[in-house]
Amino acid sequence: MQYQAPESIDAAVALLANVSGQARVLAGGTDLLVQMKSGMTEPDLIVDIKRIDGMHAIIEEDGGYRMGAAVSSAALNEHDGVATMWPGVVEAAELIGSTQIQGRCTMTGNLCNASPAADSVPALIAANATVRVAGPGGTRDIPAADVAVAPGKTSLSAGEFVTSIYLPARPAHSGDAYLRFIPRTEMDIAVVGAAVSLTLDDKGVCVAARVALGAVAPTALLVEDAAAALIGTSLDDAALEACAAAASAACNPIDDKRGTIEYRTKVAGVLTRRAALIALERARGHS
Amino acid sequence: MARAPLYEEDRDLKLVGSRPLRPDGLEKVTGRARFGADVSAPGMLVGKVLRSPHPHARIKSIDVSQAMALQGVKAIVTKDDFNADSSDRNILTNVMARGKALYEGHAVAAVAATSATIAKKALKLIKVDYEILPHVTDVETAMQPGAPLLHEGMITAGMDPAPDRPSNIASRCEFGHGDVETGFAAADEIIERTFRTEATHQGYIEPHACMANVGPDGAGELWCCTQGHFMVRNTCADLLGVDVSKLRVTASEIGGGFGGKTTVFIEPVAMALSRKAGRPVKIVMNRDEVFKASGPTSSTVITVKIGVTRDGRLTAGEAELKYQGGAFPGSPVSLGAMSAFSCYNMEHVRTIGYDVVTNRPKQAAYRAPGAPMAAYAVESVVEELASRIGMDPIELRLKNAVSEGDKSSYGPKYKRIGLTETLEAAKAHEHYNAPLGPNQGRGVACGFWFNFGGQTCVSLNINIDGTVALAVGTPDIGGSRASMGLMAAEELGIGYDQVRTIIADTSSLGHNDVTDGSRVTFASGLATINAARDAIKKLCARAARMWGIDEEAVVWEDGHAKPAGENAGEFEPLSLAQIAAEAEQTGGPIAGHYETNAGGAGVSFATHIVDAEVDPETGRVHVTRYTVCQDAGKAVHPSYVEGQFQGGAVQGIGWALNEAYIYGEDGRLQNPGFLDYRIPVASDLPMIDTVIVEVPNPGHPYGVRGVGETSIVPPLAAIANAVSHAAGVRLTELPMSPPRVLRAMDAAKDAGTASKPQAAE
Repeated sequence: MQYQAPESIDAAVALLANVSGQARVLAGGTDLLVQMKSGMTEPDLIVDIKRIDGMHAIIEEDGGYRMGAAVSSAALNEHDGVATMWPGVVEAAELIGSTQIQGRCTMTGNLCNASPAADSVPALIAANATVRVAGPGGTRDIPAADVAVAPGKTSLSAGEFVTSIYLPARPAHSGDAYLRFIPRTEMDIAVVGAAVSLTLDDKGVCVAARVALGAVAPTALLVEDAAAALIGTSLDDAALEACAAAASAACNPIDDKRGTIEYRTKVAGVLTRRAALIALERARGHS
Repeated sequence: MARAPLYEEDRDLKLVGSRPLRPDGLEKVTGRARFGADVSAPGMLVGKVLRSPHPHARIKSIDVSQAMALQGVKAIVTKDDFNADSSDRNILTNVMARGKALYEGHAVAAVAATSATIAKKALKLIKVDYEILPHVTDVETAMQPGAPLLHEGMITAGMDPAPDRPSNIASRCEFGHGDVETGFAAADEIIERTFRTEATHQGYIEPHACMANVGPDGAGELWCCTQGHFMVRNTCADLLGVDVSKLRVTASEIGGGFGGKTTVFIEPVAMALSRKAGRPVKIVMNRDEVFKASGPTSSTVITVKIGVTRDGRLTAGEAELKYQGGAFPGSPVSLGAMSAFSCYNMEHVRTIGYDVVTNRPKQAAYRAPGAPMAAYAVESVVEELASRIGMDPIELRLKNAVSEGDKSSYGPKYKRIGLTETLEAAKAHEHYNAPLGPNQGRGVACGFWFNFGGQTCVSLNINIDGTVALAVGTPDIGGSRASMGLMAAEELGIGYDQVRTIIADTSSLGHNDVTDGSRVTFASGLATINAARDAIKKLCARAARMWGIDEEAVVWEDGHAKPAGENAGEFEPLSLAQIAAEAEQTGGPIAGHYETNAGGAGVSFATHIVDAEVDPETGRVHVTRYTVCQDAGKAVHPSYVEGQFQGGAVQGIGWALNEAYIYGEDGRLQNPGFLDYRIPVASDLPMIDTVIVEVPNPGHPYGVRGVGETSIVPPLAAIANAVSHAAGVRLTELPMSPPRVLRAMDAAKDAGTASKPQAAE
């Protein structure tokens, strides 16, 4: 096994593109190292991207924020700008692992690990985040929702890796929220995750919304019907009920040791409604 | 034989009951303490175990030639490297499979190599030819005729007449007295329910670890993390076919045991590897191995039927208990059957237990083995009966609580006991009378544990500077070194800091039984007190010699030898330190000893109060408040007694809410790690309040009773009662995981049988 820590994006792409065998990108390593230790994966090449310029930076861009691929959850959590604009995304990233893990883990890693239960992914999808992908053919931007294609599989081609995540600018009266269900209070994996992002007009009517679910399908889902149930309403009980029902209807979960199909389907609706109410509260407070 | 009471009622205790720092604390917080994996030796090899991936398979052949040829591999052992004539066939077969692999994770071979990487590679090169057999992991399925048989010749013991066909039922047991049919006929209300509990693991943080250094003649040493190094020595000597005298075993510090380290797993394997390789070998289990191949407790199915009169008298109790204990006989079902109705004075009681084998790891003791599940079933029904007749649940229990002289459900008459006192303490506690919030319920439950005594040997050496070295043979799993120090200092009349207690190795003391059965503070404490008294006799004799008077004319008071009276002569009292300083001139070293097979341990009872809140939309349970009231007899070190109370409650919360061995259809464990085997994390728990009740045990000079295990007996039921009240539906399966609770609530709603949450009543 080879370990490389290149200092430029081009060098990293060259390493990844020319590997014979399996290559893995190392940012925080909180998934990769666990997988290696348990014998799930034995990569031939590990490319550590933490020495590449810009990978640890959070910068303002067009009214939004671009976050380097190696920004840890702890660093993100302490960034007032992102936490104020996208509290739902930050609270989702904050749920990854434990306090110790927070110092290492990254949202980009969470996204590229392609687990259907990843906490930050529904929040990124609800936020309409995009990711910048570098590869042998240059750089491209894709929606966060398009990264994972199946459990453990991404849409990235050989030689490609994610260099940053971009959270767009926010109109006034916007708010987002993420909730996950776990049997304990922490140190757990989502049985269901629900993220809601919405924008109100001056009268408090919802003019835009995005709803995303985790752990209820092979990949995190954008649920347009659930968002549609909120748009044009002031999130009254009937709208919330319709939103919850749409969320439940979109679920395509499995029965496993963490939850049943029946349970996940029902709780997806419950969490979506609760997350919508938190997002609403935040939107009202966000001028 | 009747035993004279040892309790010294008028004794004025000065140190016992205080809360000094534990002697091992500093080393533990600074990282100097050595745990099982911390011992190394020059030339040491890494040992790894090859484990069966199949829950049930015949081992047709094992080819180690390729693995042995790998550079760096120094030894490989299989069943043929152990003593086939061992006296304990089950242990022998559990540490290394013979003929069949009986569960996923069953050891099949082991390798010692110069590095972990080489050892891992070597495991992959061992070729095992398995013939896969049908498996069974569920207790009731295993009892069915036609179920896959684990042991082809096993005929159920304890049946008359004996069955003519083998089955997976290892034995049947029965306890009780009176005639339950008569008792049920006298009842106004009868409730019968069936309860299910899943297998849980002790969840100790430190995995099993050991280091063996054995010569080709089998003589050598072993360092390991265990609750009983004398047991390890005796068992390993037997499994390796060497004399007990040839092995010396030293117990490391222990990162949790809870009963799970009262047997051997990797220790004889490390010794066999070391003997074969001629080099020291260390084996450390990983967490996956701990879950798959150590000893969780039983999963159970228990049916309970209890009758009550309208005025709250329990007329009869009957229970049928089925416990699977993994691949070998020995589940704790008899302890469950004995203890099920132990809290109640009932004229008619009968319990029947079945010990069942399945394709799961061989169970090991887990804190009050067998009792929590039985108490869960019985105390759930008692709580429901209280609701049925409209009586306060503590009141119903008080009306029927056993007290001194009552015949227990398992046979003997109780001596002085404190169940009523724990119930009174609970009833008077502010918690029991506090208001409940929305979606909350309150449950109570009682629990009982036998407590053990057993073989114990202690040496107490007076050092030249007047300090004391106390050597005990029972590994300290709950602060016992502090308690021993307190008791020795109490007797000798010296300061706690002047006594240093160690856990001596197996060559330094006579045999000591394992640290189990909540026996150490009681039995090692009893031996410590008597060893100190033995030393005092010798100290008095030395003082007599220094003064030139008769030994009988010297008494020991406040840490000093004094003349017994005016007739003895006038001498300045001699301190322990003064006598110690002159020891060389007065006859040499001074030491006290005591050996016993201690009886009179004194049973103990507890009452727990729990508040639980249920999220009506997700079924998630949060324990919001918890109070333990337990009889300690006499709390030697109250902080560590409270720690035992809290620890039992916490393990009970895990067992009740989320912990479970989850098996797939393929007979493989699906959650062998702390991610999906959910023990409570700190933020899941409320502060656990404790009330130490002290009803003296007549069998101990200070009245001490064991406290370590009783605390895990009531929680399953207490929490189930709280959740059932909050959810408005009786929950009869553990763990009460969110999907299970939500399904039960939805089903009750659909059927229109849900009762109002307690808070709204």
